[in-house]
Amino acid sequence: MSEKSPMVQEEGVDMPSPAAVVSRDDAQSRRPPVEQPVFSVRDLSVSYGKNVALKGVTMDIRPRRITAIIGPSGCGKSTLIRCFNRMNELIPGAQVDGQVLYHGEDIYAPGVDPVVVRRHVGMVFQRPNPFPKSIYDNIAFGAKINGYKGDMDELVERSLRRAALWDEVKAKLKKSALDLSGGQQQRLCIARAIAVEPDVILMDEPASALDPIATVRIEDLMQELKRDYSIIIVTHNMQQAARVSDETAFLYTEVDEATSARWGILVEFGKTGRIFTSPRDKRTEDYVSGRFG
Amino acid sequence: MSVDLPGTGGGVEAAPAAAPAAANGRWAGGRATPGASLRDIRPQRRRVWRDRRNTALILLAVGLTMTPVVMILYQITAKGIATMDWGFLTSSMPFSFRREGGGFFNGLVGTGIMVGIASLVSVPLGVLAAVYLVEYGKKNWLAKLIRFFSDVMTGVPSVFVGLFVYTALVIPFGFGALMGAASLAIIMMPIIVRSTEEMLKLVPQELKDAGYALGAAKWQTVVRVVLPSAAPGITTGVMLAVARAAGETAPLILTALGSYQLTAALWGEPISSLTLAIFDGARNPFAAGQARAWAGALELLIIVLIFTVGARVVASRSRIAR
Repeated sequence: MSEKSPMVQEEGVDMPSPAAVVSRDDAQSRRPPVEQPVFSVRDLSVSYGKNVALKGVTMDIRPRRITAIIGPSGCGKSTLIRCFNRMNELIPGAQVDGQVLYHGEDIYAPGVDPVVVRRHVGMVFQRPNPFPKSIYDNIAFGAKINGYKGDMDELVERSLRRAALWDEVKAKLKKSALDLSGGQQQRLCIARAIAVEPDVILMDEPASALDPIATVRIEDLMQELKRDYSIIIVTHNMQQAARVSDETAFLYTEVDEATSARWGILVEFGKTGRIFTSPRDKRTEDYVSGRFG
Repeated sequence: MSVDLPGTGGGVEAAPAAAPAAANGRWAGGRATPGASLRDIRPQRRRVWRDRRNTALILLAVGLTMTPVVMILYQITAKGIATMDWGFLTSSMPFSFRREGGGFFNGLVGTGIMVGIASLVSVPLGVLAAVYLVEYGKKNWLAKLIRFFSDVMTGVPSVFVGLFVYTALVIPFGFGALMGAASLAIIMMPIIVRSTEEMLKLVPQELKDAGYALGAAKWQTVVRVVLPSAAPGITTGVMLAVARAAGETAPLILTALGSYQLTAALWGEPISSLTLAIFDGARNPFAAGQARAWAGALELLIIVLIFTVGARVVASRSRIAR
C-alpha cells in the first residue's frame, strides 16, 4: 500500500518529478502525517581538487523552518549551503560525494540537471548582487528564463510586496537596481529569488554586508517567508542564528596534525534553543558561549 | 579685545621658535614639541626644490608628448577648413587632379560600405570568440591558441593583411568593396576579441552566480547577464576597432584599389575610401588635388574623433566599473 503524503507536495510548486512516495501502514496514516524533510543530507563530503572542505555531513532539513548553519571561519558553511542547489559545480575542481535528497530524490543523481534543481532552490548571496538592470527587470529575469506565461507586472508587484520592498520602489521600477541602498538591494535579491516561486531559499550570510537596521528588516522578512518557504541560512553571527532560526547546525574545523590539512565537520545539529542552552558537544558549548570564533 | 592668534598657542604659553629644532636633532627641520605650532617648523628647502623640479619635468614630458598631436590637429584643421564645405562633403572626385571643386563623397561611401561590412562580420565573430575564451575555453589549449593568434594578429602590419587578401581574393575575383572589407575585418577582429575578453572578465562572478541561482542555464546567463553587463565596455572596444579600420590605407590599396567613381558595388569594380582618396590627392603635384586631400584628412579626423569620443562616453557610462 502506498499513498502520497500531503506534506511532500508543496502547494503551488511544480516538482521536477513526482515527490517521494511514502509507504506506510494504515495505523500510521490515521495519525497526523509525518513531516517529511525537505532535504536529507547523507554522508556528504566536498573537496576542491585535493583539499577536502567538508566531510561526512548527515542532517535533515525540515520544511517551513529556518535552519541556521553556524561555525567559525573556514569550517565549510558556505560549501555546505552551496551543495543544496549544486552551486559548487561552478567552482572548477569541486567534487561532491554522498547524497543530498530533495523530497527523497538525490539531486546529485545522474540525469538530474542542476538548472532544474536551482529552479526549486533559490539562493541569496552574501553581497547584494542585483543585475545592472532596472528593478523591474531584476525581478522579471527569473520568470522570463523559466518561461513564465502569467502577468509579469502582477508577479513583480507580488514578489516585491512579499520582500517588503514594494512601497519603497513602486515609483521607480524602471530605475537601475544599483541606485538602491545595500539593504534594499538585498531585499530586491530576496524578491528576485522568490519571484520564481522556489521551494527552498538558501541565504549565505545575507546580512553580513548590511547595517543593523537593514539586518533587522531582513530578519523580520525571513520570519514572514518561512510560512511558505524552507529557509537555510549561513551566518557568522550567533545572535542572529539564535534570533531567527528554528534549527541550528554547528560546523567546526577538524585539523589533521600530520598534514595540517583542515576540513569542516558537522558537530551538532538540533533545535536552536537546545543548541544554545544545553549543547551536547564541548566544542559547541565553547563556540556558542563565545570562547572562540 | 584680545584675539587668539593661531600659532601663538592661544593662551597656552608659546614655545620659543628654536625649541622644535632642538627637540630632536636627527630630524631635519625639527619636530613639533608640545605647545609649539607646526608653523614654527620651516619646510626643508631641498624638498621644496625637488618637488618643483619634478613637477617641471613632468610638465615638460606632457608638453613634448602633446606637441606632435596638437601640431597635426592644427595643420589638418587649418589647411583642410579652406576646402571643406557642403559641396566637398556631397560631391565626388573630378577626373583630373588639376580641376578644383569636387569632393570625396565617393571615398566616404566606400569607407562606409567597407567598414560597415567589416563590422558586420568581425563584431559578432569577435564577441562570440571572446565569450568562448572567458566563459567556455578559459585556459584550455584552444583558448590559449586563440589568445596567442589574436595577439600576433594585433601586431601584424596591416599591409601584410592586404597582401594576404590580395592573393586569396583579389587575384581570383578582382578588386572590390568586399575584398577591402575582408582585409578590414581581419584587422578589426583581434582588437575586438581582446578588448571584449577584458570586458567580460570584469563581469563579477557574483552576477553570474545570481543568474545560475535563478535557474538560468549557462547560455542564458551569458546572453542575459554577462553580455548586457559588459555591453558598454564591448561597445567601447568595437568603436575603437571601427576607428582603426576607418583609418587604414595600406590594405585597401591592395584590395579596394581606389576609384574616382561614386559606386556602391560590392564587387566587380574598384571602390574608393577616404584614406585612398587622401593618399591619391596628397601624392599628386597639383594644388587643387592637395587641397582636397587636406579637406579629406579633416573629414576623416572628425569621423575618427566622433568614434573615439563616442567610445569614451559609452565607457564612462559603464556600470561594471563601479
